[in-house]
Amino acid sequence: MTDVAGHKETDEITGTETTGHEWDGIKELNTPLPRWWLWTFYACIAWAVVYWIAMPAWPLVSSHTKGVLGYASRAVVDQRLAAARAAQSVFVARINAASLGEIRQDPELLAFAIAGGRSAFAVNCSQCHGRGAAGSPGFANLNDDAWLWGGTLDDIHQTITYGIRSDHEETRVGDMPAFVRDEILTRDQVGDVAEYVLSLSGRSADPAAAGRGAAIFAEQCVACHQEGGVGNREVGAPNLSDSIWLYGGDKATIVETVSNGRGGVMPAWTGRLDPTTIKQLAVYVHSLGGGE
Amino acid sequence: MDQPATSELGAGAPTAAHGVARVDVRAVNKKEHRSAYQKRLKIFPKKARGGFRRLKWGIMALTLSAYYLAPWLRWDRGPSAPDQAILLDIPARRFYFFFIEIWPQEIYYLTGLLILAAFGLFLATSLFGRVWCGYTCPQTVWTDLFIAVERMVEGDRGARMRLDKAPWSATKIGKRVVKHGIWLIIAMMTGGAWVFYFADAPSLLGELVTLQAPPIAYIAIGVLTFTTYILGGLAREQVCIYMCPWPRIQAAMVDVDSMIVTYRGYRGEPRGPHRKGEPWEGRGDCIDCNNCVAVCPTGIDIRDGSQLECINCGLCVDACNDVMDRIHRPRGLIAYDTFANVERRASGKSARVKLLRARPLIYAGSMVAVAAVMVFGLSTRATLDVNVLRDRNPLFVTLSDGSIRNGYTVKIINKQHERRTYRLTVEGLPGHRVRVVGRDGAGAPMLPVPADRLASYRVLVSAPVDVLKGQSTPIVFLLTDTAGGTRVSYDAVFRGPGG
Repeated sequence: MTDVAGHKETDEITGTETTGHEWDGIKELNTPLPRWWLWTFYACIAWAVVYWIAMPAWPLVSSHTKGVLGYASRAVVDQRLAAARAAQSVFVARINAASLGEIRQDPELLAFAIAGGRSAFAVNCSQCHGRGAAGSPGFANLNDDAWLWGGTLDDIHQTITYGIRSDHEETRVGDMPAFVRDEILTRDQVGDVAEYVLSLSGRSADPAAAGRGAAIFAEQCVACHQEGGVGNREVGAPNLSDSIWLYGGDKATIVETVSNGRGGVMPAWTGRLDPTTIKQLAVYVHSLGGGE
Repeated sequence: MDQPATSELGAGAPTAAHGVARVDVRAVNKKEHRSAYQKRLKIFPKKARGGFRRLKWGIMALTLSAYYLAPWLRWDRGPSAPDQAILLDIPARRFYFFFIEIWPQEIYYLTGLLILAAFGLFLATSLFGRVWCGYTCPQTVWTDLFIAVERMVEGDRGARMRLDKAPWSATKIGKRVVKHGIWLIIAMMTGGAWVFYFADAPSLLGELVTLQAPPIAYIAIGVLTFTTYILGGLAREQVCIYMCPWPRIQAAMVDVDSMIVTYRGYRGEPRGPHRKGEPWEGRGDCIDCNNCVAVCPTGIDIRDGSQLECINCGLCVDACNDVMDRIHRPRGLIAYDTFANVERRASGKSARVKLLRARPLIYAGSMVAVAAVMVFGLSTRATLDVNVLRDRNPLFVTLSDGSIRNGYTVKIINKQHERRTYRLTVEGLPGHRVRVVGRDGAGAPMLPVPADRLASYRVLVSAPVDVLKGQSTPIVFLLTDTAGGTRVSYDAVFRGPGG
């Protein structure tokens, strides 16, 4: 602080200049910044200027300054991905060369396939089948031991590769007709069939209706679902005598299924995923607990 | 606030007594001399001679050899583990200390070691004051070493002060270059030894010499070279006085019966120069020669009493004893003594050493307790550990026959130096079936785990729905070592639809 005559005011005790600010008789000292602090500050400024020149720094209208060192974080990611792929290449080659059964017998390959399958499942399959592959009505639970199209490694592999009712010519195809909509059966007949289907897993509430339904079942349903409703994997016809229901096992849902049919679609993944990934997915799904 | 012209620089120094020159020295860290706005005043500690100085040399040799040699000790642990006695293997996440081997989840052993060290420090302080600071603290050891180098190159106190004041000349530059060069070599060796604790010492030395070592090794050496040079060579006593929290805490450990470096004022006062032939009656033994101030590495006057800056190194005791011998007065005007004894002697009573007091006994007792807990923990340390994580998604799976299945991840830690196979069984679930993914076969699953490793298995347990107790049924995973029969269990639950 300088007064009118240009004299600086100093504090008597410390000999330091004051800022001239005063509160209730207490004056603020104008203590200079510590030298080390100041030099660190200047060094930071110098560092910043060097950084602007060396590294990508300033945004431009449609781009940014690139920096003379040529660093780009995207290139680093690419490098790391390439390094990761190179590190995996030995295993990928072994997965490609091995059969599904061989992968399952080799603990190292099994671990690699399950890890790769898990991440591919999360990206491509979990949208329908759920993060834990527990499914939801219409989308199969892959953890259990009921398989519409078979639960061996090869069955699972084929399902993933070509899909179910997909647009691939090798696709698995099965057709549950819409018995009421297509006027094959009446609503009463469908009610009787539903009672019979319930009785297959020991749950019928109306033995008389179930008896009537048995006759209709023998005529209309046995071709696919087989005697006793045990199902047929050739055409994807589910086992009706077990505890597992893709769309639901209560009477209303069974009536709905028989009346209007079902035709869920699983896309073909060949061409969308590479063969290695599909193999890993098959091993992973098989390992979830229901694999045969 | 300049230092007064020191009479050592010129002739005509007054004598404190016959044959003893008075050192014109100012205790730069004396409270009245040190204003808050003052820059550091250099301290030029004079060389002391005597028992405590020799003790300090001995302890310096011992601690430095321990520091430099410890990583080279070998300890055989078999083929699956490193043979270095002390090794912090950070990539493998293991800490080896002779027979102790610590995994990351056992880091509480390290906590135990630190608590032991802390109580050891408290105990030593309550008995003998800050002897840790004066003899064994790395800051003291390296500062002492750096001052010894300085003294070797530039000479003792007077010569160093003259050199410091002298204008720059070839001699001065030469001496300074030699001094800082040796300091840097010591600092580099300090950092160089440090990295050997983190990798196999012989192979790392080879890599360092052939420039094949990992960059972090060179970075660590660089950082420690820098800090050793700065803290030991340049900052010195400022670390103790301004940076270290211990001087502020130690007052809580010291009491009137702690042996600390003490000026026995009742014997020394009134102080003043003594001429040959004068009687000693009616005056104190202190001839005010200031030798105790001149040798002090932290720049204080011990005659002012116990102070924060005093590191209890005993060099002033040596300096004073030397003078007392020369003037034929009894030794021990400055000595390790207690407040209580100084008062007792002053009032003519006999001194009494009280080592067995409540405070040291509590500290010693705490050490024994912590050590006992650690010994118990280490001797009963499990070499087999199991962890079971139940699947959260899905919580359970209904199978086609109506039974319920739960999935678990079973992690087995084998801390032995050989491959072991464990038998897995599940209790608390009548009629259950156990399957391990990737390990088909009849009977209870046998799970191999490599030496010193953790293995993870996916285990599927299924059970009829009617044996379940509601939504959550408690079950126990039991793991039995097929060699030796060690068993560990893990309490888990089995989830079902309930109701």
